[in-house]
Amino acid sequence: MTITGKIDVKEQDILGALRKFFEDVLNLEDIKAILVPQHLPMKNMVMPTLVTDPNQLNGIDPLAPAFPMNAAKIVSRLTRKPMGAKIVAVLRPCEIRAFFELVKLKQARPDEVVLIGIDCLGTYQNKDYFRFVEKNENDSTVKFYQNVLSAKGAKIDDVDLSPACKACEYPVALNADILIGLYGITENDYLMVQSQTATGENFLAQINPPKIDEPASRQDAVAAVVEKRIAYRDDMFVKTHEATDNLEKMTAYLASCVNCYNCRVACPVCYCKECVFSTDVFNHDPSQYLKWASRKGIIKMPTDTVFYHITRLAHMSTACVGCGQCSNACPNDIPVMELFRTIAQRTQEAFDYEAGRSIEEDPPMSVFREEEFAEVVGIDK
Amino acid sequence: MDDFEPTIIAFVCNWCTYTAADLAGTSRLTYPKNVRLIRVMCTGMVDPQYVIKAFLEGADGVLVSGCHPGDCHYINGNFKARRRIKLLKEILPQFGFEPQRLRLTWVGASDGIQFAEIIRELVNQLKALGPSQAKLKMVI
Ligand code: SF4
Ligand code: SF4
Ligand code: FES
Repeated sequence: MTITGKIDVKEQDILGALRKFFEDVLNLEDIKAILVPQHLPMKNMVMPTLVTDPNQLNGIDPLAPAFPMNAAKIVSRLTRKPMGAKIVAVLRPCEIRAFFELVKLKQARPDEVVLIGIDCLGTYQNKDYFRFVEKNENDSTVKFYQNVLSAKGAKIDDVDLSPACKACEYPVALNADILIGLYGITENDYLMVQSQTATGENFLAQINPPKIDEPASRQDAVAAVVEKRIAYRDDMFVKTHEATDNLEKMTAYLASCVNCYNCRVACPVCYCKECVFSTDVFNHDPSQYLKWASRKGIIKMPTDTVFYHITRLAHMSTACVGCGQCSNACPNDIPVMELFRTIAQRTQEAFDYEAGRSIEEDPPMSVFREEEFAEVVGIDK
Repeated sequence: MDDFEPTIIAFVCNWCTYTAADLAGTSRLTYPKNVRLIRVMCTGMVDPQYVIKAFLEGADGVLVSGCHPGDCHYINGNFKARRRIKLLKEILPQFGFEPQRLRLTWVGASDGIQFAEIIRELVNQLKALGPSQAKLKMVI
């Protein structure tokens, strides 16, 4: 049975209300720690923190439009082997979807973690968040929250949501154990909290929040956000395809790539312990570069850039959740997310797969059926 | 470009297509010399990156060829290969590589004649398509 309840918000202090809720969660007997984004005391940046002491939740700020990394990578670290205790992780929807992909890749385990997903209001790119927080200081998150949920929208001064968030059609964490709802709640004195799995129900029953019905306006509010995002996304697909549909254009698209592989490091689902591109295979013999150069009289250095990106697409696009951390990490502002999502849309569709949709569905490259894809065998048309 | 001779990189399974190619040779069958055979122990080991690399280095066509369903010596390598070819056929055309440039076939060890025919047909198809874009442009 789904439990739907409320988290009371006093004097518009949403973060205070969430802090209180997380304290209650951490005080539950079975829960040893909570992973939650906090403002670090030494610097005005929001980072994931692992907290065991309920008195250390003062800086929690899961609503800040800051997204320094996809925390699925952290949950993977925390769960790859048995920890001997249960923890709670407060995550964005795309972090939960990436976590599901990692579970299926056997790089994370779901048994010891309870997932709390908060409706995602979107995030700014790192550089933009720094400017935003510098200007708005302590009020920054509340200002963001109020603007997004009112008609004003997420754009504040010249800072706007990252392209990845603008194109994200999953603002609600439909597969978290416990969902915290922000969209479609018309009164400002509470947030919605809802169980979505048996585990979630068990924990929520222990916290026992005051019960409510799901606000009537919620579904429509979410649908409106999703519709806008899909329109942006589809337009992005068309533009990106147009900008990359032959090799010459791809070379231009990636022209300033320096093969730093930051995009791969930031990617939550690039699963290899050692990426082939950082092995000696790509430390070519010096004479090889001369051979390549003399073919056409010139080559761009460093080499293997287009090769790297297309290979990475082949390796991980079926697991791409579109979180945009690749773009966030690129020192040269290459729109990596746009390229990866555009191709991922096709590859996931081809295998009737959607990254992060379910924790059970097998990743397309890990399985096969005896009778399938007959059309790719043979040499007729 | 009437004198265009396409280059085909063929990843062939040791147990079947490679043996078939060998048989074609010992039976003195002729087939066009446009193909460079790379012997692999099973099509299931052909990582997509090999195919991508071949294309970016200027191959006009890539053939992956292995055992018939049920005959793979490693039980299901050929089925895994088929999924990877499917994947690559979704990705490569997005960057302007015509889907016909990438082919997957099953050729049994005794099918020397069939192997020679496949190569002949592929060469004809690739001649009709013309040289690959990677040959003409600076990419790496
Ligand atoms: S690019 Fe490929 S080889 Fe490199 S880490 Fe990602 S999946 Fe692994
Ligand atoms: S982060 Fe940017 S520069 Fe670095 S490898 Fe990725 S696309 Fe290239
Ligand atoms: S052994 Fe020939 S395809 Fe696997």
